[in-house]
Amino acid sequence: MSRNSNRLDTDRSVSVYNAIVKHSLFIPIAFLVFLLLLNIFINPSFLIISLGRDSNNNPVLVGNLINILSNATELVILAIGMTLVTSSSRGQDISVGATVAIVGGVIMRVLCGSETQPTELHAPIIVALLLGCLAGMACGAFNGILVAKFNIQPMVATLILFTAGRSIGSMAMGGLKPKSAASFGYYGNFIPGFPIPTPILITIAVILVTVIALKKTNLGLYTRSVGINDKASSLNGLNPARIKFLTFVILGLCVGIAGFVQSSRVQTVNPYTIVPSIEMDVILAVALGGNSLGGGKFRMSGSIIGAYTIQTLTSMLTTLNVNTNAVPVFKAVIIIILVAIQSPVFKSFFGNKAAFSRLTAGKGKERG
Amino acid sequence: MKDTVLTMRNIDKSFPGVRALRNVDFTLCKGEIHALMGENGAGKSTLIKVLTGVYLKDAGEIHIEGIDKPIHIKAPQEAQKLGISTVYQEITLCPNLTVAENLFIGRTNDVFVDWKKNNSRAENILKGLGISAKPTQQLSNCSIAVQQMVAIARAVDMECKVLILDEPTSSLDEQEVAKLFALMRELRDRGVGIIFVTHFLDQVYQLCDKITVLRNGELVGEYQIKELPKVELVAKMMGKELEVLAEIQNEAQSIRGDSKAVIIETEELSSVSGIKPFNFTSYKGEVTGFAGLLGSGRSECVRAIFGADKVTGGKLRIKGENVNITSPIKAMKKGIGYLSEDRKRDGIIGDLSVRENLILALQVMKGFFKPFTNAQSQAFADEYIKLLGIKTPSADTPINSLSGGNQQKVILARWLLTHPDYLILDEPTRGIDIGTKVEIQKLVLKLASEGMSITFISSEIEEMLRTCSRLIVMRDLYVVGELQGEDMTQNRIMHTIAGSVS
Repeated sequence: MSRNSNRLDTDRSVSVYNAIVKHSLFIPIAFLVFLLLLNIFINPSFLIISLGRDSNNNPVLVGNLINILSNATELVILAIGMTLVTSSSRGQDISVGATVAIVGGVIMRVLCGSETQPTELHAPIIVALLLGCLAGMACGAFNGILVAKFNIQPMVATLILFTAGRSIGSMAMGGLKPKSAASFGYYGNFIPGFPIPTPILITIAVILVTVIALKKTNLGLYTRSVGINDKASSLNGLNPARIKFLTFVILGLCVGIAGFVQSSRVQTVNPYTIVPSIEMDVILAVALGGNSLGGGKFRMSGSIIGAYTIQTLTSMLTTLNVNTNAVPVFKAVIIIILVAIQSPVFKSFFGNKAAFSRLTAGKGKERG
Repeated sequence: MKDTVLTMRNIDKSFPGVRALRNVDFTLCKGEIHALMGENGAGKSTLIKVLTGVYLKDAGEIHIEGIDKPIHIKAPQEAQKLGISTVYQEITLCPNLTVAENLFIGRTNDVFVDWKKNNSRAENILKGLGISAKPTQQLSNCSIAVQQMVAIARAVDMECKVLILDEPTSSLDEQEVAKLFALMRELRDRGVGIIFVTHFLDQVYQLCDKITVLRNGELVGEYQIKELPKVELVAKMMGKELEVLAEIQNEAQSIRGDSKAVIIETEELSSVSGIKPFNFTSYKGEVTGFAGLLGSGRSECVRAIFGADKVTGGKLRIKGENVNITSPIKAMKKGIGYLSEDRKRDGIIGDLSVRENLILALQVMKGFFKPFTNAQSQAFADEYIKLLGIKTPSADTPINSLSGGNQQKVILARWLLTHPDYLILDEPTRGIDIGTKVEIQKLVLKLASEGMSITFISSEIEEMLRTCSRLIVMRDLYVVGELQGEDMTQNRIMHTIAGSVS
């Protein structure tokens, strides 16, 4: 009897195991959890979040998790836009890092005018944010026209701004490197008196808006349709060029917000070093989320998890005191493993394994 | 009798579930242009692919001049070595290289290439064949006809005995076609055996010496061109013996004529696809059909009405009102639906679910900011899955994993859901099982009886006769006739297609 019920349990657990393993978000989530566990193993106090005081004696939350959540903001926001671009245009925008520099340059110019260390902001912050977003969307529109209208491959089209963007950012600030008044720093750090880092709040807001946009509009359906089959989409009344263009503009908006948060963190912008090679991290976040870089179907939640995974990895390597110059190597190795695990070759191997274990379970039943 | 250069005997080829070729014989002589004819799915391209080593034959023998044993071709490169060259419809050269480079690329194992020598050699070849291109010219700067001729020159220079031209003229204009034909005749006189695959009847009669007709993977026969009038060729391709054709009664006739409200009217409409201006009227509750061979312009006509191809001239009136349709969405909003010809390429959105595929057209009409709720779209899906008997595990199943017939039903449901006044069905029954075919035909008649105006296009004449009450007949991009009532017989249709008066 007991042996029998045991077997039933194994059967059920096999099917539950299969259902979990087959879920498209299984590997991204599993890997994130694995990284977090590894972090706890390395540093037992990893999960602890405590209420501390900053230099102005304001209450702030401190802890590794808080840092990861806060630092991942730019990555998460950019990954959201990149997911849409990838889906509709079957390619990636590699200019996001450079356009963040442009946005940063515009924001600094608006806030500081042509002074290097103004004591007061030259314009309300909302104006800086809006103009920054506009600059980002203009860059997105530029890329979008090249891709949608002129049918240039996304990576080639965005190579233009990738090359020129950081210089344009520098030009926007008139060649200066101004540092704005401290009050601009609230958005990349803390609002005095409020203990949760502002970037986390901004991330939550952006994710919420994204969820609502995907729910309340046909953005998701249209981008996927165009990405999977643009010919059929156009015969169903869609305008594939317009939808590709739209996704690039949305990514531009994301760049605007990310650039705003990033320049607020230290209240200054060095266009040549701001968010170095973030475009690769963003594209990786999309891929780690289980999304095909060949376009079509996508899972926004996957990309967001992917972004947090990359941030966790980066911060883990920093805690481990890995030489800054060696960090990319470690990152690369881990990413190779992760991407290989998600490759169809590996997945079918895994699938066979699952089938095999089911087979042996069945055999056991016959024998009993 | 001239020497034979190629003989194929009892060629068999099966794919899972389909027997593509059955006991097919084919003989090609030196210095002849031999047309390979047949309707869609007759096995023309399979035969060509067996010959060029793209597919391996299941059974049969191939002999080529100069080799005593039967040959086994396992790869396209082997076919080339044996002297069998193919020029496909799409240019398969490298547009970014020069003409000379294209002529010689991949044919030499030398590390160092003397391009000066090659260029002068190329010039000789081009001159010899009367091709007006410079060796150093970049290929993409040449016209498509010249590009095609360069491809032929390449094949000829590789000392081919057998040259296969697969639909070479479909993207050429008349002058270019004339040039190509001159080149083909030149090659014939040099003793090359040419296999010419085309769907343009007139070109066959202009150029060819012999015709081999295939139908449903079987050999119908080999004929001298002089002994086979056009009408008989059409009959043989369609599988109807003219003398024994039974008159099929048209059940749809009764529907016609009880209402004369005009839904769609075109006046000298033409589009970028190259169709010649045509006039067409469709009445409420009527099923019309466009008949003609593949490539005769059937789909292009309806695509112009739907705004899928850019309209270049003429007028379109919907219910008497002049409209300017520049995109499918405008046509959809005016009450036109279009089920496209190529389901895989232009119909389904592969990875999306049955439900998303089903609601797509209506959703696009409704607008970007007004998505259907899950409950609404599920209700639509449930309704039409039941109505059309779509076999799918659930509405969430990706449409990819359905069978062809069920995919087609989903696409049909997509357009029914938009409740169009005028529905165009372009080959709705191609590649689907007979049961589903009949269901779709019945549905078409039912919809028409409810007042929908429908255009039904099919390669199968019987199907058109069963469903349509009026037929527009097309040949080589022209509307060449309109048949209705007692004129609607297979005989008349074939005569009209062939362009002869009976």
